[in-house]
Amino acid sequence: MTPLEDIRVILATDCGSTTTKAILIQKVGDEFRQTHRGEAPTTVEAPFEDVTLGVLNAVTELGELSGRKLLDAEGRIIRPARGEEGCDLYISTSSAGGGLQMMVAGVVRSMTAESAERAALGAGSIVMDVIALNDRRLTHERIERIRQLRPDMILIAGEVDGARTDKVVKITETIAAADPKPRLGAGYRLPVIYAGNRSRRDDVTRVLGGKTSLSIVENLRPTLEEEVLLPARERIHDLFLEHVMQQAPGYAKLMEWVDADIQPTPAAVGAILKRVATEAGINAVGVDIGGATTDVFSVFGEEFNRTVSANLGMSYSISNVLAEAGLANVMRWMPFAMEERDLRNRIKNKMIRPTTIPQTAEELVFEQAVAREALRLAFLQHRSFATRLKGVQQQRTIADSFEQDAGVESLVKMMDLDLLVASGGVLSHAPRPEQTAMLLIDSFLPEGITRLAKDSIFMMPHLGVLSQVHARAATEVFEKDCLVVLGTCVAPRGTARPGRPALTYRLEFPGGKEKRETLLAGEMRRHPLETGAEARVYLDPARDFDLGPGKGVPLEVTVQGGTVGLIVDCRGRPLSLPSESAERVDALKTWIEEVGVYSREAILH
Amino acid sequence: MAHAYTPGLKVTENELLHRRRLLPIPGEVVVEEGAKVRPHQVVARTFLPGKVEIVNVANKMGVDQSDVPGAMLKKEGDQVRQGEVIAEAKSLFGLLTSRATASLEGTVESISGVTGQVVLRGPPQPIEVDAYIESRVLEVVPDQGVVVESRGTLIQGIFGIGGEATGEIAMVSSSPREVLDEDSLSADLRDRVVVGGSLVTGAALEKAVQLGIRGVVAGGFDDQDLRRFLGHDLGVAITGHENLGVTLIVTEGFGRIDMAPRTFRLLKRHQGHRASINGATQIRAGVIRPEVIIPHQGTVPQPRDRPREQGMDVGSTVRIIRNPWFGKLGRVASLPSEPARLDSGSRARVVSVRVEGLGEPVCVPRANVEIIEGRD
Repeated sequence: MTPLEDIRVILATDCGSTTTKAILIQKVGDEFRQTHRGEAPTTVEAPFEDVTLGVLNAVTELGELSGRKLLDAEGRIIRPARGEEGCDLYISTSSAGGGLQMMVAGVVRSMTAESAERAALGAGSIVMDVIALNDRRLTHERIERIRQLRPDMILIAGEVDGARTDKVVKITETIAAADPKPRLGAGYRLPVIYAGNRSRRDDVTRVLGGKTSLSIVENLRPTLEEEVLLPARERIHDLFLEHVMQQAPGYAKLMEWVDADIQPTPAAVGAILKRVATEAGINAVGVDIGGATTDVFSVFGEEFNRTVSANLGMSYSISNVLAEAGLANVMRWMPFAMEERDLRNRIKNKMIRPTTIPQTAEELVFEQAVAREALRLAFLQHRSFATRLKGVQQQRTIADSFEQDAGVESLVKMMDLDLLVASGGVLSHAPRPEQTAMLLIDSFLPEGITRLAKDSIFMMPHLGVLSQVHARAATEVFEKDCLVVLGTCVAPRGTARPGRPALTYRLEFPGGKEKRETLLAGEMRRHPLETGAEARVYLDPARDFDLGPGKGVPLEVTVQGGTVGLIVDCRGRPLSLPSESAERVDALKTWIEEVGVYSREAILH
Repeated sequence: MAHAYTPGLKVTENELLHRRRLLPIPGEVVVEEGAKVRPHQVVARTFLPGKVEIVNVANKMGVDQSDVPGAMLKKEGDQVRQGEVIAEAKSLFGLLTSRATASLEGTVESISGVTGQVVLRGPPQPIEVDAYIESRVLEVVPDQGVVVESRGTLIQGIFGIGGEATGEIAMVSSSPREVLDEDSLSADLRDRVVVGGSLVTGAALEKAVQLGIRGVVAGGFDDQDLRRFLGHDLGVAITGHENLGVTLIVTEGFGRIDMAPRTFRLLKRHQGHRASINGATQIRAGVIRPEVIIPHQGTVPQPRDRPREQGMDVGSTVRIIRNPWFGKLGRVASLPSEPARLDSGSRARVVSVRVEGLGEPVCVPRANVEIIEGRD
C-alpha cells in the first residue's frame, strides 16, 4: 500500500443489494475531495454470481466520467496512481446478498440475549432472531425456528462468569439439537461464537465443537453490571471475512483487491458517524432508509448504538409499513383525502414493482407520508433499544442493571441531540430539501436546537472504511462533500392550546438585519439562511415551553444555515395533530406552505 | 444510449424450461436421466430428521444433574416408545423410586450430565419431491434430486399466493377486460386452472376454493380482498407457503388491470391443456415470480429464432407500471437522453410512450415502465 502521506487518489466501492456504487476521492490542493461517482448493478445473483463484475462495471463508469484510467487491460485496478492513471488506495464495503445475517442467543432476553443482540448489531449484522430461555417459546418451537433460519453465524451469550447454573448449556443444547446449517456454502460448518460464562466453555465445546465451527471469546457479560462487547464484535468481523465473505460469490477475489478489510455497509456507516460525533463533541443520530430495511445509528456521549428495522422500508417492505403503522397513521400526514381501496392497491403495486418512482405530486406526497411512518417506527425501535447497558466495556452499578428491567429511559434524548443526518433514497432524493427537512422533523420530533443534514450521494459507507485507513481524508470529505446541511430546527418542548403564545424570538442575520417574531402554539416558521451562514437567535419560550434550560427560560444561541435555513417549530412536543379531519388538513396545508414543502398545486385536491 | 434496463416478466410461447427439483437434505433419487416424468411423479425422496424434544430428566426425577447419566436405562442411540421409562432412580434408602418417561417415540440423541437434559428425536418424516411439470429428466443431481427439462409456454405473473398445482386451463372470461366474479364459476370447473381477465374478486376466489378449483389466473386482485382471504395484512412479499385451497396468480398487479392481450391470447390458445402453476413469490434479492407453465403436447416443436430483448428501444412494447397511467400498454415513441422534470418535482430519465386512446405520446419515467418480453 502507498504510504499514507503519499496518498492522492482513493477509490472506494460499496456493493449494495442492488447497486454497486464507486466514488473517487482526490487530493485537490491541500484537501481531499470526492470528485466523481459511478454505479452499476450488483452482480452477486445468477447469472453472474461474481460481485467483482459489478465492481469493475462501476469502476469503468467512474473512469469514463472522471477521465481517469482506473483499470488496466486485464481489468485490474491500477495502483499506485501515476499521472492520469490509477489510484493509491482501494477500499470497499458490502451488503450484497442480504448482508451479514445472524442469530443470537442468551439466557435472559433482556439481559445476556440483549447484550448479544447489541454486539451483533454493532458489528453491522441483521439479527434474524433472538433465542432466550424466557422468550415464551417451547423448546421444540425454538428448535424448529433455528432450523428454518439458516443464518451466516450464531452468537451465544449467557450467565456471568463463574455462575453455577446450567442455563447457558441448556441453550447450547437446544442449538445443537437443531443442528443449524449455514445460509451459504453447503460444505462448511456454521461459525458459532460463544461469549458466555467462562466456566462453561468446556461444556459448550463438548456440545457444539463437533457440529459447528466454534470459537470462544470473552464473556460479554462477565458480571451483571459489566458489558464487554468489543471481543465478540471483533470476532464477528473476523468470521465475516473468513467464512461468510469467502462463501459469497466473487468475494474471495474482491478481498484480494482491497487495501483494507471489507466491512459490512452498516458497520462502516456507524464508524463514520461515531468518528464525526466524537471529534466534534456532539450527539448525533443518523438514519438510512432503504427499500427493505431502515438502519438507525446514534452517538450520545460515548455510547454508540445501532438498530436495524428489518421490515421497514420504502419498496420491498412498504406494505409492511402500512401493516405495522396502520392506514390511519399514514393518512394523518396527507393534506387531501384518498380512497382506501385505491391506496392499498398503490402500496402493493409499489411493493411488487419496487423500482418505480412517483411521477405525480400526489404520489410523492403519499410516498412521503408512508416514509414518515417508517422513520417514526424505526426510531421508536431504536430509542427503546438504546438504553443504559450498551457500548464498549462500561462499568455500571448494580442498581443500574435493575433499572434496565424497569423500562429505563432511552439514552437518545431529543433535547440533547445536536445533529440529525438523513440518508436513503426517499430522504436523499426528495425533489426539494424542504421535504427532507420536514420528513426528519415530523418523524424524529427533535427538541431544542438541532442541525439537520443529509448524505448527498450515500457516501457514508465508503467514508466509514476510509476513516479507519485515512482518517483525515474521511473527515475532510465528510464535511465538504458528503453532508448537505439542510439547516437548523428550533423546537420547544411542551404543549399549549392552539393560538396561545409559544415562543418569542429575535433573529440577528449576518450583515446586521434583525427580525422579531412571536409564534403561537401550532405554528411553524421558516427563515431562509444560506449554507455556511450563521445567525444569532434570542429565544424566549412561554412558560409551558422548554428549549433545554427549563420551562420558560430564555436562551441565546448561534444557529447554522443550510439549503432550507432555520425552521422554528412551535407545533408542540409531543406533537399531536388535530383529530378532526378538516382541521388537520388545514393545519397540514398551512405548515406545508410556510416551510415550502410542496407546491400549492400539489396539495390542491 | 437508447437502452433502459427495466426487467420485464416473461410471457413466451416456446421456452426451453429447466426446473431444479431438489430435496432439502440428501436422499434418494428414484428416476434416471432421460426418463419421461409426469407432474405428480415422485423423482426423489428422503427422510427429514424427526421432531426433537428435550426431557429434563433431573427435574422430573428430583435428582442432581450429574446423576442423570447413571440413572439412564437407555443409552444414546437407543430406540424408545412414547411413555417408556428411560431413567430410574431410587431414593430414601431405596424406598422411593422416581422415573422419567419418553415424551415421544424415537431415539435417544444425547444425555447431558451438566444440564440433566435428555434429547429425544422422533421418527424421521418422509419427504418427497415430484416432477412438477410434464418433462424429461435432463440431469440427476446425486443424492439431491433432478433437473427436468420441458419445452412449453411460460407465463410469469407479478404476484401470487399458494404453492404448486396442476390442472387443465379453462377460460372463464371472454376478454382481457372482463372481471372474474363468483357468477363466472361453476361446479364443472373442479380441478381446473381458471383464467379471468382484468380482476378476480374476493368472492370469486372464495368460491373457487369451495368448488375445488386448483388455480386462478387473472390480471388484477384487490389488496383489500387479499387481506380478507389471507386473514391478515401481507407485510412482506414472500408467499407460496399458504395452504388456502387454491393457487392465485396475478399477472399485472393490484387493482383492476386488463390482462396483457398477449398473455390472454396465449392462455386461450392452450384452453384444455394441462398447466403446472406456482404462486410462490419473493420480491427481494433473489426474486421469485409466480408462473404458469404449459408443456407442449405431443411432438416438441423446434424453437423459433427470437431475438432476446435486452433493452428498450423505439417501438418496444411496454407497460406503464405506476400512476397516472398505471396498467396501460403502449409502444416506445422516443427515448430522450436528457433527464426531464416530472410533476412530482424530481428530475429523471424518461421515455415517451404512445398509448392507444391517449392521443399524443405521454412522458413517463423510465423506472415506471416495463418491457413486455417475448413476441407473438
